[in-house]
This record gives sequence, structure tokens and C-alpha cells, in this order.
Amino acid sequence: METKEHKFHQETGFPWKHVIGLLLSLVLTAIAFWLALATHQPPAVVITIIVVLGFGQLLVQLYMFMHFTESDDRAWQVPTIYFALFIAFTVVGGSIWIMSFRSIVS
Amino acid sequence: MNGVVNWAVHFFMLDEGPLIWLSDFLIGCATIGIIVALTYFKLWKWLWDNWLTTVDHKKIGIMYLIAAVLMLFRGGTDGLLMRAQLSWPNLHFLTADHYDQIFTTHGTIMILFMAMPAIIGFFNVAVPLQIGCRDVAFPYLNAISFWLFFSAALLFNLSFVVGGSPDGGWTSYPPYVENFFDPGPGENYFLVALQITGIGTIATGVNFLITILRMRAPGMTMMRLPMFTWSVFITSIIIVFAFPVLTVALALLLIDRDFGSHFFTVTGGGMPMQYINLFWIWGHPEVYIVILPAFGILSEVVSTFSHKRLFGYSAMVVSMIAIAILSFVVWVHHFFTMGAGPGVNSFFGVSTMAIAIPTGVKVFNWLFTMHKGRVEFTSAMLWAVGFIPNFLIGGLTGVMLAVPPADYQYHNSYFLIAHFHYTLIGGTVFGVFAGIYYWWPKMFGVLLDEKLGRWHFWTFMIGFNICFFPQFFLGFMGMQRRMYTYPAGYGWGIINLISTVGAVLMGVGFLIFVWNVLWSARFGQRDTTGDPWDGRSLEWATTSPAPEYNFAIIPTIKGRDAWWLMKKTGESINGPKGVPFRPIHMPNNSGRPIIMSLFFFIAGGGFIFQWWVLAIIGLLGVLVTMAQRSFEYHDHHYIPVEEIERTEAAAGRL
Repeated sequence: METKEHKFHQETGFPWKHVIGLLLSLVLTAIAFWLALATHQPPAVVITIIVVLGFGQLLVQLYMFMHFTESDDRAWQVPTIYFALFIAFTVVGGSIWIMSFRSIVS
Repeated sequence: MNGVVNWAVHFFMLDEGPLIWLSDFLIGCATIGIIVALTYFKLWKWLWDNWLTTVDHKKIGIMYLIAAVLMLFRGGTDGLLMRAQLSWPNLHFLTADHYDQIFTTHGTIMILFMAMPAIIGFFNVAVPLQIGCRDVAFPYLNAISFWLFFSAALLFNLSFVVGGSPDGGWTSYPPYVENFFDPGPGENYFLVALQITGIGTIATGVNFLITILRMRAPGMTMMRLPMFTWSVFITSIIIVFAFPVLTVALALLLIDRDFGSHFFTVTGGGMPMQYINLFWIWGHPEVYIVILPAFGILSEVVSTFSHKRLFGYSAMVVSMIAIAILSFVVWVHHFFTMGAGPGVNSFFGVSTMAIAIPTGVKVFNWLFTMHKGRVEFTSAMLWAVGFIPNFLIGGLTGVMLAVPPADYQYHNSYFLIAHFHYTLIGGTVFGVFAGIYYWWPKMFGVLLDEKLGRWHFWTFMIGFNICFFPQFFLGFMGMQRRMYTYPAGYGWGIINLISTVGAVLMGVGFLIFVWNVLWSARFGQRDTTGDPWDGRSLEWATTSPAPEYNFAIIPTIKGRDAWWLMKKTGESINGPKGVPFRPIHMPNNSGRPIIMSLFFFIAGGGFIFQWWVLAIIGLLGVLVTMAQRSFEYHDHHYIPVEEIERTEAAAGRL
């Protein structure tokens, strides 16, 4: 335990990656807010762009903060990502499927 | 002046009658009593150094369990008040408003502030010991998790005497809970307290996921993990994926209530059903979060007291993984009656029934573990054996509810109430009691008394069945949940009376348990060996209670049931003789988690009463305490070899 302990903290120098990641995530959020509040695009367009921005946000989180590419533990990471995708698909897709009931009823 | 007095009277609910006055009096007495006792016996420093600032997983686990038992008392009192009100037609012991508040706090406290801390308490008590490590992956974060839960529980309970309790049910469905229909701070208490404890729970999930993945002793492969640790691993995954959905749902509803948005108000174009959808995306996995660890405890207890290895280890693991996946695709069965159409309802009906398969596998594995074993009926084993038939009733009625057309008949009737109490009490609570009797010696170095334990089990188990079995029939006879009184002439009166008698018996069972704790602390049999049950997993290899560092030398694991194997081959937990000790690296205690939670508490108060200055002060405090942590460089210490030698010599392991 004593020898292994510092193996995973080998960051040196200024944390550029984190700073850029923070700025990127702030910018992506700001664009989403600006789209919804200050522009007058049709809702479908706004929602589509926000989904794309959200995907970008996801990549920023994974690569800049969560060290997605740096792990030596691929065996666990790959199924976890698949499970996360499964949950995301279930929650989003499922909700859309379920909540479209209004159109069925009417 | 008059205005201030009026405001204060209303704020502290002094105009609400004797129930509140009595609570004020009791809370006052308890608080003064605790402060006087701590001061008189000069225990403040002891309390601060040993408990409030601790990052030791064993102590945090004990604090979780104490909090869970206290909350069981609070939630149980709520339950008894409800049963008293319903015991006969046309009673007006409680007003409709008070009844609403009490069933809301009963449900919320029992799920979020009783079941959750109880199972997380066992995570802490058992997991690091079972996998042979010295603490969880992030001990400081673990302390934050506990204190966030604690301040949230305090905040939620405060609602009883300050400002009014939430009254929208533990599910808090809009549109009823929107400001227009339900003004006042009540529902904000629900939203904010759950949000705060939710942060702590997500952190716990991350913590134990990493602990189990990264901190296992050498040789402890995943397929050699004790079954309880496996259940914690799966549960942590469910927590990490399910709780963020609750966070979102609660946040949106809080924004509706605090800032006047319209996510869930129909008039503003919102969709109330969307909240219900989001709530149950979390809510259904949540019931598996509280039942899977109980399954894990059961596996440990059944195998230990049958003196056999667990039957069908891999099948147990696979069925838990299947339950984890299925738990995310069944949530619509909580609102079939929304009418999402035959396609949606059939899909979710079938997926719900499918969960019965892996659960059935587990039940058969427990039975086969006992089969041809040397079964020893200790108190822990009684709870485990009682679990099986009671949980089975809960599970089978669940399959009945999973049939959408039938569900339209049962929905929100007492049939449903009986069903989920059979799964949550017959499942989680029985499992938790089994765990308490099983791990008590490991936590405190004392065994709970077996005779009182049997009395506890039989009174509680019989009382539970008398209380909830008749409610299936009440449901068939048309009695709906959440009705505060009912007219005579439906034939419900006598059945309700029987149910109330059962509830009182459960209360008696709880009192016997408390008496058992007190009696055993004074006169109970001391556990000098550290292995009172002839256990199989590693926690029984250390002293009771385990030393601060758990294991002087991290053991090397050679198979499943690691400690059992070591006993068979006559190995010592410290490895071959003569291996020298080395200084042990341990995290420092810290007072910051409790202070940070205090700021969360303050911010929570701000969001509840919409006092924005208070909210900002609280949130700033949170940020400052977080930032301080980043600049803390002396966060660990080494236990010197002499001290380890002293401790190990006292334990007879040198």
C-alpha cells in the first residue's frame, strides 16, 4: 500500500487540461442558456442544438476531468461505459416513449 | 410587536395543538439532557475527538446504524399514530392535515433516513474488513457522506415542529405539491433534505465502488469476494446511476416552488407526469438499493449458521447483476394507471415479472445452502429464515401487481400498502436486524442476548404479520391508501383494529430490542475471540472490535471464505511468524466534514424558507470548506511499529 500509493498522482506543471476543460464546459453551458433565452429559433432547433452541446459536454467531462484515456484498467472501464450508455438510452428513450402518451390518449 | 409574536407562534406551530407542544417539550428535554450529561461527565472532547471528527469506517458505520435505529423509532411512532387514527371508523384523533403530514414523514423517513443509513452503515462496518483493507478508498469523503445524511435527517425532522411537515406523500407528486395547492415550507423540507442526503449517498456509492475495485487484499479476486461485498458492489453501481435522476427531479420541483418556474405545472405548459416519470426512474432502483444489501447480509448469515459454504456462488452473482439491470427497466409499474397505452404497460409489466426469476434463484440458493447443513438457530439466523417466507409474500404480491389490468384494481389500495411493507419490512428490516445481531459483536465486542433476541424476533415477526396481512383484504374490500378516516358500514373497522394490534406488537418488539441493547451492554457475553460464530469471511479474523488499522499485515487470500480456509490450514491472519510489522499509513481525523454539513444545513434552511441571505451564506461556507481541503497537506499519519506490536500482543496474535 505504501509503495503503490503515489503511482496515480503524477501530474506535474500547470494543470492546463483542467483549465481548458473548465472553460470549455462553461462556454458550452453559456451557449445553451443564450440559445434558450436570447434567440427566437423554433423549439425543435433549440432542443437539437442543446442535445449536441450536451454531447460535447459529455466528451469534455470524460477526457478533461475523468482521465478516460489514462487508465490501466480497461477491463472495468469498457463495460461500465456500455452500462452507462444503456442507462442513458433507457432513461431518455424510455421517457420519450412513455411520455408520448398524451398523443395516444388524444 | 404583535406581528412578530404572531409570526413566531405560527412559525413554531404553537397554534397547532397539544401534539406539537408535547413534541416541543420532549425535544427540549432530550436536548438539555444530552448537553447537561456531556458537560457533567466532561465528554465533549471525547465526543469530538473520537466520533464527530472520525474518518474511521467502523465508527462511521456505527454512527449510521445509531441514526437508523433512532429514525426507526421516529418513523415507527408515525406509523403507530396512523394506526391509532385508523383503528376504528370515524375517529378524529388526528386532523386530516396532521394525518397527511404524518404519512408523508413516515414514508420518507423509513426509506431515506432509516433503510438507507442502515444499509450504508453495514457497508461501512463490514466491507473494508471483508476485503482485507484498512479503510475505504476516500475516508474523508465517507465522513462527509455521513454528516450530509445526518444534517439532512435533522433538517427533515425539524419540520415537525418548525414551519410544518411536508404533506404530499413520500413521492411528493405535483401538481398537488406546487405552491398554488400546497403553500408553506413543508414540501421544501422534503425537496431540500432529500437533495442534501442524496449528495451524501452518491458519494457513498462512488466510495464503495472504488474501494471494492481498487482496495482488495492480494489474492482477493472478484469471484472470491464475500457475497455481502458483492451485493454492496452492485448496489453502489445502482446508486451511482439512479440517484442523479432524483437530484434532477427534486431540483426541478424546487425551482418550480422557489422561483416560480413551470416544469410541472399544467397551467404554464408543464407536465406533472414527467416528475412522476423521473421520480420512479430513481424510485424503483432505490428499492433494490435497500434490498440487495439485505440479500447480501442474508447470504452471509445463512452460510455462517448452516456451517456450509454458500450454495451457487456464481448464480448469486449473476442474479444480482440481472436484478441491477432489470431494476432500471421496470419503473412504469408504479404508474400503470397513467394510461401510457397497452404497448408501454405490457412491456413494463413483463419486465417487472422477469425480476422474479433472479430473485427466485437467490431464494433457492439460500434454501440449498441450509439443506444438509448444520443449521444453528441463533437470533441472526431466525431473522434470516423469517426473511424468506415473508419476503416471498411481498414478492409474489408484487408479481400480481405487475399485471397491468389487475393493477388498475389494486392501484393505491391497501393491497399495495401490504405488498410493499412485506418487501420492505419482511425484506430490508428483517435483513437489517439479521445484520445487527450478526455483526454486533464485531462492532462492540459484546454479543446481544440470545433469549431477548428470540423474544424480539417472535414479537416483531408475529406483530408484523398481524399488522400487514389483513391489509391485503382491506385492499380487496376497497380501502384506499392515505385516507385519514372512513365511515362505518364497510366492514373495514374490525380488520383495521386487528392491524393496529399488530402494529402495537411490532412496537413492543422494538422495545425488547432496545432493552436487549442496554442489557447486553451491561451484562452481555463478551466476545474475546473475535470470531464468536465460527465465521467464514475476513472480518472474523480480527479482534472485536477491530483495531484502528484493521489488519497489522494485509493478508494474502487463497480462496473463497478466506478466514475459513485459514482456520482449516492453521494459518495466522498476520501471515507466517516473524514477518516484521511496518508503520501503517492512516488518514487523519478532520472536523471539516461536520462543519461543511452545518453549512449545508444553513443553506438548506435558506432554500426552505426562501431566506436568500441565509442560503448564500450557507453555500459560501460550503465552498470555503471545500477550498480549504485543497490546501490541506498534512492529512495522514503513520502508526508506529511499537504501537502495532502492543495492540497485536494484547490481541494474542504475536
